[in-house]
Amino acid sequence: MVVTCEEVWREVSNYLEGEVDPTLRAAMEEHFRGCKRCTAVLDGTRNVIQLYGDERMFEVPLGFSHRLHRRLEENIVPARRTFLGWMVAAAAAVLVAGGFEVARSSVFSHPELRTEHAESSSGVPPDLMVVVATDGKTFHIPGCPFIHDKARLRTIAAREAMQEGYAPCVRCMRKYLNA
Amino acid sequence: MPEERTALEGPAAQFNEEVLIRRIRDGERELFYELIRPYERRVFAAAFAILRNEADAEDTAQEAMLKAFKHIRQFRAESRFSTWLIQITVNEARMRRRKEHANIIEPIVDRQDEEGNYTPRDFADWREIPLETLERKEVRQKLAEALASLGEKYREVFVLRDMQQLSIEETAKALGISAASVKTRLLRARLMLRELLAPGLGGNWSSRLSLAKGVKPW
Ligand SMILES: [Zn+2]
Ligand SMILES: [Zn+2]
Repeated sequence: MVVTCEEVWREVSNYLEGEVDPTLRAAMEEHFRGCKRCTAVLDGTRNVIQLYGDERMFEVPLGFSHRLHRRLEENIVPARRTFLGWMVAAAAAVLVAGGFEVARSSVFSHPELRTEHAESSSGVPPDLMVVVATDGKTFHIPGCPFIHDKARLRTIAAREAMQEGYAPCVRCMRKYLNA
Repeated sequence: MPEERTALEGPAAQFNEEVLIRRIRDGERELFYELIRPYERRVFAAAFAILRNEADAEDTAQEAMLKAFKHIRQFRAESRFSTWLIQITVNEARMRRRKEHANIIEPIVDRQDEEGNYTPRDFADWREIPLETLERKEVRQKLAEALASLGEKYREVFVLRDMQQLSIEETAKALGISAASVKTRLLRARLMLRELLAPGLGGNWSSRLSLAKGVKPW
């Protein structure tokens, strides 16, 4: 199967979603090897997705949170709140936050994450075989289009990847992150 | 804020959310603040991407949060709370846009034929923009401007799928369109953004973004 540049442009987005069938996928990869223009389109599109998918793109105006909470308080919690009520709420919040921390740390301890924007990786099966690039920050399912440096890949168990500080790719690991 | 970044939807967080939601339903209303804390910024971002106006987006974000609280009993555990919250936000933002911006003319790209093929015009080698450059406000600004210049139907799909990380199906459901339309628009949006941001481009897109004179923010 041979694909033209036009066909590649039409499918590049689905390719990055992992939504093209294996035959087309192989044909596209063959095409990318020989076509600079399409490789430029692919790299740029992938980078666009990564940039906009970063949490740093979520900015709020100064004081946003404060004003939001004030508005919620006017509507949600009865205006007259007793001291006891405050204490109970504060204690509950501490309990909840504490419970969350315990739940997280008991599953896996994260040594030092290579990226601070990692999603919690505790849903990833520890024995799942994943690939990491030596200079990369994330681990992937083999064949994920978001693997960058295809030259220096290692296949290791997810457990090891996490121990080495790699974070799960939000694209190919999505189903585990939302499990 | 570490809690905003770590409290994403891992199973632990989800378990935590289930407990929170049950307790809120049982009357511990003040726990609602805990529930929404990780999503405040995302809700604003979703509203802003649709409305492109800070004041409107902030008010819409507040309304969406209030609505989520009021309808918390209707939340079904088979979807993620964050997805449900973003869907409410999108609905609120769209309603407001219809009310207040009925007479605003949408950008030209909106009138492009969705079915026609989109042909990239620039093939400059894309030097990867490292994620670290997002620390710089002017870079985030350029990205935001590029996004704001897309027509709304492309912007909405891109924001839900690529920024809010909803699945194709969830995006389709939130916008009331087919999964096929989501894919078509997503392709367009991604290619247009690539072209708007492609370094080394001297076309009219880049001058609209004031990237002219060869000065790039990265
Ligand atoms: Zn080509
Ligand atoms: Zn991946």
